[in-house]
Amino acid sequence: MSFRNAPQAVAHDVNKADLFTPEIRTAIDAHIAKYPPEWKQSAVMPALSILQDAHGGWLTTDLMNDLAAYLDMPAVSVYEVATFYGMYDLEPQGRHKVCICNSISCMLNGSEVLIEHVEHKYGVKVGETTADGRFTLKEVECLGACRDAPAVMLNKVYHEKLTPEALDTLIDGLE
Amino acid sequence: MTDKINIEIDGRVCEAAPGEMIIAVADREGISIPRFCYHKKLSIAANCRMCLVEAEQGGRPFPKPVPACATPVGEGLKVWTRSPKAIEAQRATMEFLLINHPLDCPICDQGGECELQDVAMGYGGDVSRFSERKRVVLDEDLGPLIATDMTRCIHCTRCVRFCAEIAGVRELGATGRGEDMRIGTYIAHAVTHELAGNVIDLCPVGALTSKPYRFTARPWELTGRDSIAPHDGLGSNLRLHVRRGQVMRVHPNDNEAVNETWISDRDRFSYAGLNGADRLTVPMIKREGEWQQVEWTDALTHVAERLKAADSADTGWLLAPNATLEELYLAARIARGLGCDNIDHRLRQQDFRADAADPLFPWLGLPVAELPRQRAILLIGSHIRQEQPLLAHRIRQAALDGAEVLCVNPLELELNHRSTQIVSTPARMVADLAAIAKALDARGSGVMADLIGASAPTDAHTAVAQTLQQADGQGVVLLGALAEAHPDYSLLKALAGVIAEAAGVRFGYLPAAANSVGAHLAGAHPAILPGAHPAETTRLAIGAMFDKPLTSLVLWGLEPDRDVIDAARAMAACERAKFVVACSAFDAPSLRTAADVLLPIGAFAETSGTFVNAGGIWQSFQGAVAPPGEARPGWKVLRVLGNLLDLSGFEYRDSAEVREELAALCAEATPDNTPRTNQAVTGPTLIAETGLTRVGAVPCYALDPLVRRAPALARMPGAEFSVRLHPDQAAELGLADGDCVRITQGTAQAEAHLFIDTRIAVGTALIPAAVSGSEGLGAMIGAITLERLSGRTAYCERG
Repeated sequence: MSFRNAPQAVAHDVNKADLFTPEIRTAIDAHIAKYPPEWKQSAVMPALSILQDAHGGWLTTDLMNDLAAYLDMPAVSVYEVATFYGMYDLEPQGRHKVCICNSISCMLNGSEVLIEHVEHKYGVKVGETTADGRFTLKEVECLGACRDAPAVMLNKVYHEKLTPEALDTLIDGLE
Repeated sequence: MTDKINIEIDGRVCEAAPGEMIIAVADREGISIPRFCYHKKLSIAANCRMCLVEAEQGGRPFPKPVPACATPVGEGLKVWTRSPKAIEAQRATMEFLLINHPLDCPICDQGGECELQDVAMGYGGDVSRFSERKRVVLDEDLGPLIATDMTRCIHCTRCVRFCAEIAGVRELGATGRGEDMRIGTYIAHAVTHELAGNVIDLCPVGALTSKPYRFTARPWELTGRDSIAPHDGLGSNLRLHVRRGQVMRVHPNDNEAVNETWISDRDRFSYAGLNGADRLTVPMIKREGEWQQVEWTDALTHVAERLKAADSADTGWLLAPNATLEELYLAARIARGLGCDNIDHRLRQQDFRADAADPLFPWLGLPVAELPRQRAILLIGSHIRQEQPLLAHRIRQAALDGAEVLCVNPLELELNHRSTQIVSTPARMVADLAAIAKALDARGSGVMADLIGASAPTDAHTAVAQTLQQADGQGVVLLGALAEAHPDYSLLKALAGVIAEAAGVRFGYLPAAANSVGAHLAGAHPAILPGAHPAETTRLAIGAMFDKPLTSLVLWGLEPDRDVIDAARAMAACERAKFVVACSAFDAPSLRTAADVLLPIGAFAETSGTFVNAGGIWQSFQGAVAPPGEARPGWKVLRVLGNLLDLSGFEYRDSAEVREELAALCAEATPDNTPRTNQAVTGPTLIAETGLTRVGAVPCYALDPLVRRAPALARMPGAEFSVRLHPDQAAELGLADGDCVRITQGTAQAEAHLFIDTRIAVGTALIPAAVSGSEGLGAMIGAITLERLSGRTAYCERG
């Protein structure tokens, strides 16, 4: 969405030095530096990823509010981004994320078999976490790896041309 | 490039400016293109895809239909809005939009005036091919004014863009994606912006509707009547929707020079006060302490006799500044016909030392539509968003366009744009202005010269001075309602004038009420005769009326304990007077106490009349509904009273005749804020330099009797009676958040809860006026003391 007067800076009544850890602030600042000062809200996506990784793979409303304050942007703009993209999770996650692509190429090449397999073998439905908290099963949109479909992203690593057995081996390797 | 170009829409040659969007040209030409997300005052989102049209440029067709709202025109552009290709695209979009839209038109408030319904009739199929389940979305609670049915939302995002761009509060957003997308606040909270009600008009479907109006009428039962808003000084153009003699709801009328296409929530929802239970419907006379209903003839004869018998020097007329021009003029004629010049409409002013020098026709200082083009705006003593919601929006437009907004106020305002605010006590405000004047090398005369000479400008003052100078004449200094209520208003006014002159910018007033400007023209002023002619002798302004025990008082359209600057003194003056006649639309308890005769007059929408707005524009309106019971339009009551008093020239047949008579008198009058004399302001500053000062701002929804009676607005936050203190001030007084305190102001007392608020200047306490609980207190700005109430008092138990 384009706002005529965008981006609207919103000053929040907090001390930015109290937000996050120094390491996280440094990491976010590195992204802020890539944009013109009045467009620092553009760093919201990498910043959300940084916060999510540092917080067990999911985002709380408080974290999003803090980020809004840190980037001088309205809180609802952060919620909009975080709820739009599939890579941000707003609920507690397992220790790992098994993200099975179910867009057209992967689906034609058997990703639904993969999903069904994982669901039966580990007793989780899409979006759920295994009872032992080992992993969360996610169905995601196109990973851009159509040439070697079906593709699965394990945490942040792509694995391609997978069969149920190959996926099992990968999952067994997770702690 | 400003040259006009020619484009062709549906075979018609249309003139257009390069870069304009196709839809804007088509709208101007009266060619209809269906749309949901496009709105002329909002940014372009192009997300509904309803306005798809077929186009070609320079003989090369666009490969697919283009959105008319987001396609700029260029030389040689040809557009077809009704070609088979365009219609196919529009039908397909319509089908997608209807997939998830519920078929609940029979129970939807928008039914009958729904853009989706209309466009579906024109462009949709008659049978849905969608056999899957429709989605359901949980409703949002957006507060007492806006009802939600989010399942009906088609995600046009007009409301989101309105809040972000016009209101300046980015509270609404579109979260989720695809089928899970929804409009809302994500974290539930009410939208409290004073213009938020406009999203009801913007919503093309029944997702956002008016909560007070909900389920009370159908659009085809309503008759539209044009009117003018009776609250702030802007005079927004309204469309009243009337059914069976009752105003059911209020919508805006477009007027670029006044309200563009918006109205404030105060103008939109105050009509509910008309339908309240406490309307005054019959004339009444108090006999031996008992109120008796009487006939109009008896009541008016009684009033005429008493007024005739009274000593005109001991009679006073207090008129509400939102009475119509006709009422004010006739009242002024009657008062002066009886030889009485004690007449005033400046109910919330306490310093009248400048009456002899004040301009005869004060106004905003510039047309309203020019506000956004200013480069620098200095607001003095104005809680602008509460006082003038839509002028605040114009000022915000200026700020977004790069203008500097500067404020000198006793509290920090929550402005939704960049601003520089000097926050200080009311006493320091005078010194602040003197310092700004000194930084501009202004001298002034009399007391002012001493003040300017003695001041030492700080960096903040110099910065304000420089900003005003750099505006290059494109700036304005504006005085607001808190300045008007200031004990040293005459000094603030003089200093503001000096600052404007020295900086080479304009100077203006923010008229507090719908007809504050008109009241000067009508002569409802002790020093001004009708037609804005100066009176030979200045009689008593309201302050003096309270000091001198008057024997007779006429109150018009006001409640003495709410609408007058010093509620305690106003009530005392009424008590002392032997005869008080109150003409009112409402049967207020304070009037029952204060008055001897109650005359029911028509309120807003029940009388024809004229308001003169901040920009000096005369706006007339007709009555939309009849007044309830025996109540009569105010000008008719005054006409009959004039006849009963044997005054000549009271044979008006309609209010237009009254207006024409006054308009003839005003032929020479031009709005002008220059003081009439160079007479130096005399006398010392009256405000105490030390101690605690009350700042009695009038909350947005407490401005006048009508708006106070709108139940939905009463539920909005910010109108409750309380004491707000800066944390340092509270610590100094040994008070804490949540304490119960007793406020003592002169001999008046009240009790309230205390809240800590860092926006308030140290040395002041924000204690609102005109709200329930404030009746017992004195002047809106004045010295007070606070003490903590220990133990259980009646107030604390209630609170």
